[in-house]
Amino acid sequence: MTALAWLIPAALVLGLLGLGAFLWALRTGQFEDLDGAAYRVLDDDEPPTDGNDRGEDRDR
Amino acid sequence: MAFAVDIDAGAAERVVTGEPLARPPAKPENAVLAIENMNCGGCMRKIERVLGTAPGIASVRANLSAKRVTVAFDPQDTGTETIIKTLADAGFRAADLAHNNIDDGNRANQDLLRRLAVAGFAAANIMLLSVSVWAGLASDMDAEVQSLFHWLSALIALPTVAYSGQPFFRSAATALKAWRLNMDVPISLALTLATGMSLVQTIRGSEQVYFDASVSLVFFLLIGRYLDQSLRSRAKGAAQNLIGMKSGWATVVAKDGTSERMPARALGPGMRVLVAAGERIFVDGRIVSGRADIDEQLITGESIPRSAADGDRVYAGTVCLTAPIEVEATAADNDTLLAEITRLMETAEQNKGRYVRLADRAAAFYAPVVHTLGLITFLGWMWLGGGWEMALTTAISVLIITCPCALALAVPAVQVAATSRLFNRGVIMTAADGLERLAEIDTVVFDKTGTLTKGAPELSNSAGISEEILAAAAALATNSRHPYAQAVVHAAQSRGVRVVPTDGVVEAPGAGLSRQAASGDEERLGSAEWCGIGPNSISADDTQAGASLWYRPSRGSPATAFQFVDALRADAAETVATLRSAGLGVLLVSGDQEAAVKDAALTAGIEDWFAGQRPDEKIAQLRKLEAAGRCVLMVGDGLNDAPALAAAHASLSPASAVEVSQIASDGIVQGQRLAPVIEAVAVGRRTRGMSLQNFAIAAAYNAICIPLAMAGFVTPLIAAIAMSASSIVVTANALRLTTAKLKL
Repeated sequence: MTALAWLIPAALVLGLLGLGAFLWALRTGQFEDLDGAAYRVLDDDEPPTDGNDRGEDRDR
Repeated sequence: MAFAVDIDAGAAERVVTGEPLARPPAKPENAVLAIENMNCGGCMRKIERVLGTAPGIASVRANLSAKRVTVAFDPQDTGTETIIKTLADAGFRAADLAHNNIDDGNRANQDLLRRLAVAGFAAANIMLLSVSVWAGLASDMDAEVQSLFHWLSALIALPTVAYSGQPFFRSAATALKAWRLNMDVPISLALTLATGMSLVQTIRGSEQVYFDASVSLVFFLLIGRYLDQSLRSRAKGAAQNLIGMKSGWATVVAKDGTSERMPARALGPGMRVLVAAGERIFVDGRIVSGRADIDEQLITGESIPRSAADGDRVYAGTVCLTAPIEVEATAADNDTLLAEITRLMETAEQNKGRYVRLADRAAAFYAPVVHTLGLITFLGWMWLGGGWEMALTTAISVLIITCPCALALAVPAVQVAATSRLFNRGVIMTAADGLERLAEIDTVVFDKTGTLTKGAPELSNSAGISEEILAAAAALATNSRHPYAQAVVHAAQSRGVRVVPTDGVVEAPGAGLSRQAASGDEERLGSAEWCGIGPNSISADDTQAGASLWYRPSRGSPATAFQFVDALRADAAETVATLRSAGLGVLLVSGDQEAAVKDAALTAGIEDWFAGQRPDEKIAQLRKLEAAGRCVLMVGDGLNDAPALAAAHASLSPASAVEVSQIASDGIVQGQRLAPVIEAVAVGRRTRGMSLQNFAIAAAYNAICIPLAMAGFVTPLIAAIAMSASSIVVTANALRLTTAKLKL
């Protein structure tokens, strides 16, 4: 029985972590431009503007 | 020239809000621009680099999927108009979307995705607990552990159903308010009842707990809902980009010769508009001075720019490519052909929205039957003296066992299988109900240019031109992006001629290319006039074949004519023959001239053809066929086809089609061949057959389970096995479609 007391909360916490990570990714706009992101990863240029602005841009 | 009046939307806003104009540093403003020709990662990078280094711009972020750029800028240093100009100089056609509500679709998407994620998390965890309980029923799980597991499931399921189930509850409520039934009504009822009764049974410590069923139902249904929504928001975004293309700034020349900048909305008939090279034309009108190549692809789907001069008509939405022209407006803003096409498309789209999907038709029949059975069960047990508690429990278990799992999966499972099959065979379905409508068609209407034909010119008399001349002409031609020039280069390459690009080539707008050789001689490639050939000295053969390009190695030497054809796609005739042998009617309805249409129709083996059709006439043709009882599949590619594509019962467009047409149609045909059209119709028909089969399976399952449930014999184990078995059978049946051999 003690095994259950550990395993069930562990399963729930891990699930919630995954859910939290997904919702975070969604809120910060990780899924907004799926086509563009595929190219951006190849882009080794300097960011066009101050890197700090990017997060703000996506939040909108 | 008077100074330009520069009022941007931001300035107008500042005046309204009373914010002082000269307070440094000004609050940055945001602009969202639609970029028509941002197609790849390279374009995206270039746009970000060009704007990132422009003055007054704080940040740039391009979105390739949406074809939009978000720019934050300092309104004191720059404005949307300047930004659009900067982009135009870099070769990108941009339009301001400030006046449109641009976020709706995206927000609805994210909302569904959030609900989907929560449902997914809950379904996985509840399943974990449920499987343990099922296993426990067969072995030695004691009552306390079982109860603990049920309580944990309840704790996860209740908030999940309340949150993730909202889209279904809302849709059902809307339908009920209008006295209609849709698929969401039985779904909502099953969800509420399954969750509610499971909670009651958990409290009573009984075994009849179905949290797993209700949460997985929400999860699977949300997946379908999300896919549907993301397709629609993509369509909406593209339509908004198109509307954006109608707005912008134009230079208006007054009678006294002064000029001023005006927003496109303020333009009216009679005004004279100066259009610079690379600018979009915002009015329908006539050219009063200047000569330029006009890119009319947005309107006609024609890839070859048209050379236009004094007195020629131009249309809003087209782009002046090569030299400045002055246009006298005959129609502006909402009266232009572009606006009319957009309007036609919207009305046609609305009519299509009335189509009732197979699943909803089934629901309208299914829901009343199930609810009546539930009621009969309740009344029956009351009458037999079972007591109200027993009567209610049995009635609810009838409703749960008939929970439309299999029914709700019947159509989506087949659609997913059909869509992935078509995807592998070169057809991308974009409309959710497109397959159902494809199944019903009995007549196919083709457009000509770009649909039945390849849409790009090919050199037809390559065999009659010597290698030397072809090589020299191609060397000049590599310097131009004109489709004819590219066709010459392509022909040279396919004959194995080495094409060496030359320096010092000059392009004269609307005329041709020239290069000064070291010897002082001048080579020319271009129109007959450009190569010094009078209309009388063109041979009869060349006139008839529609030769449109000449090459002259030096002044006074004889010129060589290049003839072009827009060839039919390789399998056009074969495809038409297959469609006809399957008993489908095939028609050709084109906006092109009679001779060209007749020729294409004969070659492709189409007997009924109509030439010179405007967008509204194309719709009229479709309506006529409809009135004769025909169900029409329209295949077309130009913006002039978009209204007809939206109006037809079902529609497909080639991947080379303008974006608006792709959005207006139900599916996109990839590659150079037309055969996927046949495949699409065949798969559509099989999809309908399979969906009906699945309904039959779901009905058979219900026919067995409902009497058992009504008699009160259903235990949780039987329910769990029966419910998952029916879903699995329905899904497995649907998967047969991916490998089945199909014939039209």
